[in-house]
This record gives sequence, structure tokens and C-alpha cells, in this order.
Amino acid sequence: MTDVLTQPRPIRLKGRSYLALTLTPELPFEDWLARLDDLASRSAGFFLRRPVVLDITGLDIDRAQLRTFVSQLGQRQVRIMGIEGASPSLLGSDLPPAMADGRPTSDFEPPAAAAETAKAEVAAAEPVMPDLPKSVPSIIVTQPVRSGQSLVFLEGDVTIVGSVASGAEIVAGGSIHVYGTLRGRAMAGTMGNAAARIFCRKLEAELIAIDGFYKTAEDMGPEFRGKPVQIWLDGETFKVEALA
Amino acid sequence: MGKVIVVTSGKGGVGKTTSSAALGAALAQGGDKVVVVDFDVGLRNLDLVMGAERRVVYDLVNVIQGEAKLTQALIRDKRVETLYLLPASQTRDKDNLTSEGVAAVIGALKANFDWVICDSPAGIERGATLAMRHADIAIVVTNPEVSSVRDSDRIIGLLDSKTLKAENGERMEKHLLLTRYDPLRAERGDMLKVDDVLEILSIPLLGIIPESMDVLRASNIGSPVTLADQGSAPALAYFDAVRRLKGEQLPVTVPGEKRGFFGKFFGRKAA
Repeated sequence: MTDVLTQPRPIRLKGRSYLALTLTPELPFEDWLARLDDLASRSAGFFLRRPVVLDITGLDIDRAQLRTFVSQLGQRQVRIMGIEGASPSLLGSDLPPAMADGRPTSDFEPPAAAAETAKAEVAAAEPVMPDLPKSVPSIIVTQPVRSGQSLVFLEGDVTIVGSVASGAEIVAGGSIHVYGTLRGRAMAGTMGNAAARIFCRKLEAELIAIDGFYKTAEDMGPEFRGKPVQIWLDGETFKVEALA
Repeated sequence: MGKVIVVTSGKGGVGKTTSSAALGAALAQGGDKVVVVDFDVGLRNLDLVMGAERRVVYDLVNVIQGEAKLTQALIRDKRVETLYLLPASQTRDKDNLTSEGVAAVIGALKANFDWVICDSPAGIERGATLAMRHADIAIVVTNPEVSSVRDSDRIIGLLDSKTLKAENGERMEKHLLLTRYDPLRAERGDMLKVDDVLEILSIPLLGIIPESMDVLRASNIGSPVTLADQGSAPALAYFDAVRRLKGEQLPVTVPGEKRGFFGKFFGRKAA
């Protein structure tokens, strides 16, 4: 007797890499926490929304000490996403999970002291962004994309002033904007950008894809054919909405 | 210096050879010196349509390989004295065409003729790309059905990327010639509408040639329709197309429709 899956779609397992901040505390913990408080006072929100990993390699502590230490960090708004170098006996279900295979990268800049203090106080309420967001590159194509042509731009958005013919293909790292009829294939967010969208003045597409999820013309309902629409991903389902 | 026109389509059987011969004969009757070049090496047909198949001695491949002079290979039409044909070889294949050889032949023809009309083979392979490479003007022959339109779209893309004009950063002048248009089937909705084809391809319309028995009859007697039956509907459509090619502003008539609203197909510009 086999189980019948009601959901025919398989679960997608995706990889993602983050740069985590690693804390290597030293004994006694009280002294080390004092130094941490000093560092944090110079930069409000330095640990906010950062993945933090605790490295306790070579520390001679028991589970109670570790639990106390993690909760003390929690009081300081430092959330530990994983613990490295802990023996399995130290960890429990109430503690962050064990982590392994971390590779060292360049050191984080500790928040600078004097000059930054004033600025940090002004923006005390909001976290300080480590670096300003860079402008997203985009390209603009002012002629129709013909059948058999493939336009690949993995760095960002693609804007086409004209139509995309049946048998043509647009592959973009960001969103795709077509000021004309989209008859070919449009693949947005191909580098793992689920927030990418597809806009077109007239939808006649053979295939649309965002972040690896795709729909063929057959799967798309007839109600938006020939209409100006925007298409985006909501979790794992496509949302289509007519543009005014 | 003459102008080089490539008559191309991507899809076979849409009427490239018929159109090449008809346009060539129409231009020549206007007094221009015209040569029609058959690039379809290995499957030559243009000499049949022009009624010169029994006069072929040397062909394009002989000229390119240096086995014959250009003047030896050119065949003068018996009906219109300013119309010439450079036939293709039936026994060789397209690998015998070299880009340097084609360039030299086209250059020599340009110097001696007002119009050089290259009848391209179907497809997007070597023969077709060599035929379009040196063109100044492209005439894209399309039937009002989806596969032909898609292949034409593909060819337009190649015209904008693989030709000398494109490589020099210039724009190739492109025209759409809609052939085998059947008013009855169009009325029933069995064919793409003229407007839809123009919207997809977005290049200016040179003319609409109606589907007609006159074209077949003319081909079978070895005479371009613009010579064999000058009063027939397709011949008139080809004559109009030639006038537009020369820069005249003529409204395009859609066969089977009442006169008067063709103004809307007129003056379309490529996107």
C-alpha cells in the first residue's frame, strides 16, 4: 500500500549562504560580557538582525553554564543561531543547534568609537546598516526581441521597449519589463531572486518563470491572455494581476 | 552603384523565387538594369521560373571558383533586354560558396547593374546568411500563417545581426511582402490578419500578393507573372510593390476588401 500524495509538487531544497558573525567568548564569562557591553554601547543595534554563531571550542563549561550564557546574550539582543565546537552532551533542545563546516572569512569591522557615536545616537532607534545598498544595474532594449534571440542579463532588471516574439527568450537576474507584447519566454529572478516580477503590456507568453518556478502557456489561465499584467511569486504560487 | 536586395523568408515554399523573378521583371520593364541571382545552390529553381533553364552554361559556383567569368555566366532575358539572370548550380552544394567569392561577385554586379536581386535559399544556414550578407535592402516574404511569420521573425533577427550593414552599425532597410494571401480564407478567419502579421513583425509593408492560379501558370510556362500576365491581380500587386520599393508612397490594398480604409496600413514604420 503506497501513500498517495495529494500534493504532486515536490519540495524544493535550496541552498543559501550567509556571512555569520562569530563570537568566541573567553572564561570568565562575566569579564567577557562586560567587554561585549562596552563594544555594543558604541554601536546601537550592531548585533540586530545579524546571524551570530557562538564558537566555544576548547571552553571547559557545562550545560548549565552554557544555558545561562546564551540567555545573558539574549538579554543583550544577541540572538545565537548556532553553536560551534560544542560536544553533543552540552547541547539540548532548548539551546541553539550545533553548527559545523564554518569557513573563516575576513573579520568584521568593529564599530568605530568617537566619530560614529554621535551618528549612532541620532539613529539609535534604527539599526545601523553596515553598507549602503548598491544601485541595481539594469539594461534597456529599444527594439523588438526576435524569434530565436536570447537575451541574458543575470545582474539585474531587463526592460524591453517593444515586443518579445514567440520563440525568443529573456533571462534576467531581476525583474522583466516588456512595454509591448510578451509572446516568448520570460525568466526573471534566475539567480535566486524570488522578489523579481514580470510586467508586460500584453501577455501571450509561452513560458514564465520566477526564481526557478515556471508556468507554461497551458498552465496559465485564459483570463489574463492579451491583457497588461504583472506576475510575481507569493511563496510558491504565481500571482497574476491585471495592470490598470 | 546599384542596390542589392535580398529576398528571404526562412521558411520554404512561401514564394521567394516567384517574387524574385516577378520583382526583377517588373523593375526591368521600368527601364532599370536588373540582375537576379539564384543563391539556392543545389536546388536551383529561378532559371525555371525565368524560362532560362535550357540556356544555363556556367553558374554562380563556377564564377566563385574562378572557372568562368561573370559575363559568361550571366543570362540575358529574351523578353526584357535589361533583365539578367545569374543561375545557381544544381550539381554542387552550398559549401562551394565562399564569403570572399560571394563578396567579389556581388561587388562586380553592383558596379554594373541598378538592382541586384538575391533569391535566398530557405532556412538560416550558410546559404541564406551568405545571400543576405551584402544586402542593402531586405524583402522578407511571408505567408499569413503562424509558422511562416515566426520564421520571418527569426530571419529579421539575423538581418539585424549577421549582415555587413548590421556589423557596421547601420540599419538594414527591411520590407514585408505578404504573399499567397487568400481573401476567402481570410474572411473565414483561417489565416492571420494583415494587421496581426504587421504587429508581430513590425516592419513596413511592401505589398500583399493574392493567392492566384496566374502565378502557378506563369511559373509553369517559365515566365515571371509580371511578364506573362501583366493585368492579373498578382502582377498588379508586384508592380505596386516595385513602385513602393523605389520610394513612392502608395497605400496598400488588401485583396478582397473594399477600397478606402487601407490608409491604416500605410506609412507603418518598423518599431
